[in-house]
Amino acid sequence: MLISRKTVVIAGALSSVGRAIADQFARRGFSILLAGRDVDELKCLADDIKVRHEVSCSVRFFDALDFASHGGFLDQCVESFGNTPGGVVYCAGYMADQELAQMDFATAKRTLDTNLSGAVSLLEKFAALFEECGSGFIAALSSVAGDRGRKSNYIYGAAKAGLTAYLSGLRNRLYSANVQVITIKPGFMDTAMTWGMPLPAPLTASPEAAAKAMVKAILRGANVIYVPFFWRWIMMIIRYIPEWQFKKMNI
Amino acid sequence: MLLNTASKTLSGWGRYHPKDCAVFRPERNSELKSFLEASGDQSFIPRGLGRSYGDTAVNEAGLVLDMCRLNRMRHFDETTGILDCEGGVSLAEILETFVPRGWFLPVTPGTKFVTVAGAIANDVHGKNHHGDGTFARFVHSLELWTPALGVVTCSPSENSEIFWATVGGIGLTGVILSAKIQLRAVESAYVKVDYQRCPHLDAVLEEMESRDRDYLYSVAWIDCLAKRAHLGRSILMRGAHARVRDLPRRHEEKPYKFSRRPPLAVPIDFPGFVLNNLSIKTFNTLFYRINRNRQEVITNYESYFYPLDGIHDWNRMYGRRGFIQYQAAFPFEGRMGLVSMLEMLSEQKRASFLAVLKCFGPSNPGLLSYPMPGYTLALDIPCKPGIEEFTRELDRILLDHGGRLYLAKDSLTDSATFAAMYPGVEAFREQCALLDPQGLLSSAQARRLHLIK
Ligand SMILES: Cc1cc2nc3c(=O)[nH]c(=O)nc-3n(C[C@H](O)[C@H](O)[C@H](O)COP(=O)(O)OP(=O)(O)OC[C@H]3O[C@@H](n4cnc5c(N)ncnc54)[C@H](O)[C@@H]3O)c2cc1C
Ligand SMILES: NC(=O)c1ccc[n+]([C@@H]2O[C@H](COP(=O)([O-])OP(=O)(O)OC[C@H]3O[C@@H](n4cnc5c(N)ncnc54)[C@H](OP(=O)(O)O)[C@@H]3O)[C@@H](O)[C@H]2O)c1
Repeated sequence: MLISRKTVVIAGALSSVGRAIADQFARRGFSILLAGRDVDELKCLADDIKVRHEVSCSVRFFDALDFASHGGFLDQCVESFGNTPGGVVYCAGYMADQELAQMDFATAKRTLDTNLSGAVSLLEKFAALFEECGSGFIAALSSVAGDRGRKSNYIYGAAKAGLTAYLSGLRNRLYSANVQVITIKPGFMDTAMTWGMPLPAPLTASPEAAAKAMVKAILRGANVIYVPFFWRWIMMIIRYIPEWQFKKMNI
Repeated sequence: MLLNTASKTLSGWGRYHPKDCAVFRPERNSELKSFLEASGDQSFIPRGLGRSYGDTAVNEAGLVLDMCRLNRMRHFDETTGILDCEGGVSLAEILETFVPRGWFLPVTPGTKFVTVAGAIANDVHGKNHHGDGTFARFVHSLELWTPALGVVTCSPSENSEIFWATVGGIGLTGVILSAKIQLRAVESAYVKVDYQRCPHLDAVLEEMESRDRDYLYSVAWIDCLAKRAHLGRSILMRGAHARVRDLPRRHEEKPYKFSRRPPLAVPIDFPGFVLNNLSIKTFNTLFYRINRNRQEVITNYESYFYPLDGIHDWNRMYGRRGFIQYQAAFPFEGRMGLVSMLEMLSEQKRASFLAVLKCFGPSNPGLLSYPMPGYTLALDIPCKPGIEEFTRELDRILLDHGGRLYLAKDSLTDSATFAAMYPGVEAFREQCALLDPQGLLSSAQARRLHLIK
């Protein structure tokens, strides 16, 4: 993919892997805009990126759930770079305890809104802008959890499935406008979201290793990637289990 | 406060006697702050990258505070070479960032996978101790959170008593939040090394005493299995950072670049028999034979300083039972102690490869700082039955000759032995009582050695 502008917006940059993604772009000379809900903390990350990579890095407040603010946020991004950004990576995500989400609709709704509605709201704004200028990339962190609903995690899984379908359609729409859309499906990553969960170490990626694979894929112009790559095969097997069997299983 | 902790089985790098611990890992200052403000009466110990060999950063009785994600660099001054960074920044990250810009670590241990705070808390030394002292010498100031005083800035000139308790204070004075450290200007990523064979102990010690001062770095690999006339035979490896004019043509253009081999990994625990006496003996003999006297060999810094970092998880070579490290320092007058220790090692055949000998320069005012003028010997000892009695004998040799052992490597000593080796321990306990009156900071090692009141 030809990247005309080496600038990128990281939405949800306080995520463990979001920080690592920003770092990967910065070491390739990109200017970075970090966006999230805790500006003081974002400033620490921005200083870190500036010291390590000698690139410019700014921060803006961004709340995925405040849909009405997303238009204004886009304007701020353009203003900050003085130009249309080269791309955006949507990292914001929320995974509540499944049982809590079952019992409490507010929690279920927050799961759907953070992972799906917020992405739709924000990325449509970027899509319109990129379509108009005929270049740019849009990447978002979906999840292997969206490949098949499981009883242990299906509300989050439904939000991610929605996001995956959304990105697939967006890619189809923007193809002719020369805008790249990348669906990133991580398996397990060792981040704040999964801290304390008993994840199998050999299947769990560090945020740094995951981000490296993600940014490589983005710059290569990939469509859908699994991180680490072997999750593609794991999920293929899981998707192929017939439903009459799957419904009896505990996975 | 409801804390999101993970249960982990933790030990030191030697994987000796792991314990189940609850670990809290903040990723933001705000998370750390609310943890510290509300920590209540649960004891905790900060932990870096877990490269200490023993139970220094293990606390099964309360919490472990994993500081590795608070690793943000804050500022770098290109003119003075002073880096201001959070305590969780690793030495590997500093090298990766600054070697290409012409700056190196002022002092580095034999692995780059340690944090800045961990390096301060053990007051680590490197191959340049004879001339430059420890890591602390290059710490301009640090920010420390203490239970009694909150955040304090300390340095050799400001709150110096807190500074010298924290340096080498193995996490017991508080949480090191950030530090300003002086980096060293270098012309290349290469080191110019002289290799020299020394046929026995007297030869190597003589050589170190007379000519170490001509080199920035000096260290010897010592064959602990060699006996009698060969006792203490060693390869001395001394050098300094290469200047651009020292480099071969092909490197001159890009003096900070070298090709890195991807790290190997040890994926499984080796069965215990792989490292048996025969393989160790063969390795040691080969190493001695292969290394002839050579002058001005140009090698990249990774292979000179971090030969083991090329193999991830190399500690698994020792199998599931793990191993311990033992590092001893003898004053110059205690030279006979070094001889007795080597004799005992070669007789009992317990030590393995990787024994390292070095001459230390002057010590610093750190209350529990390890280096003292004299000799230091570091060895790996695989875990086999009888290991406790064996290290007790090593401890006794040390005590008899006015020596001491290194807390970063200790797993087995007892409080009386420790107190006899470190006269600063009483002053240290007093500082801890002032900074942490409730005894919140605590570790398995601190309890074993009665380091806290
Ligand atoms: C292969 C190898 C070679 C080595 N070579 C050398 C050598 O040449 N010279 C040498 O001196 N040492 C050497 N070491 C030991 C190592 O340098 C020290 O143990 C170092 O302290 C490890 O740092 P860490 O980040 O892993 O800290 P940990 O081992 O996790 O912790 C060490 C201590 O630091 C404290 N600590 C960690 N973070 C904080 C914080 N934020 N605030 C307060 N306290 C904190 C902990 O409580 C603990 O007491 C070597 C170790 C290995 C594995
Ligand atoms: N970790 C895994 O194993 C895994 C697996 C598959 C997919 N993922 C996905 O990867 C992405 C990154 O997550 P992570 O693993 O790095 O976990 P994380 O550190 O918990 O990151 C989630 C981030 O989303 C942000 N966020 C939540 N709600 C927001 C909102 N309304 N506005 C702005 N930001 C908001 C959070 O910031 P606040 O502090 O503001 O809440 C947080 O920084 C997520 O989309 C996650 O679903 C993770």
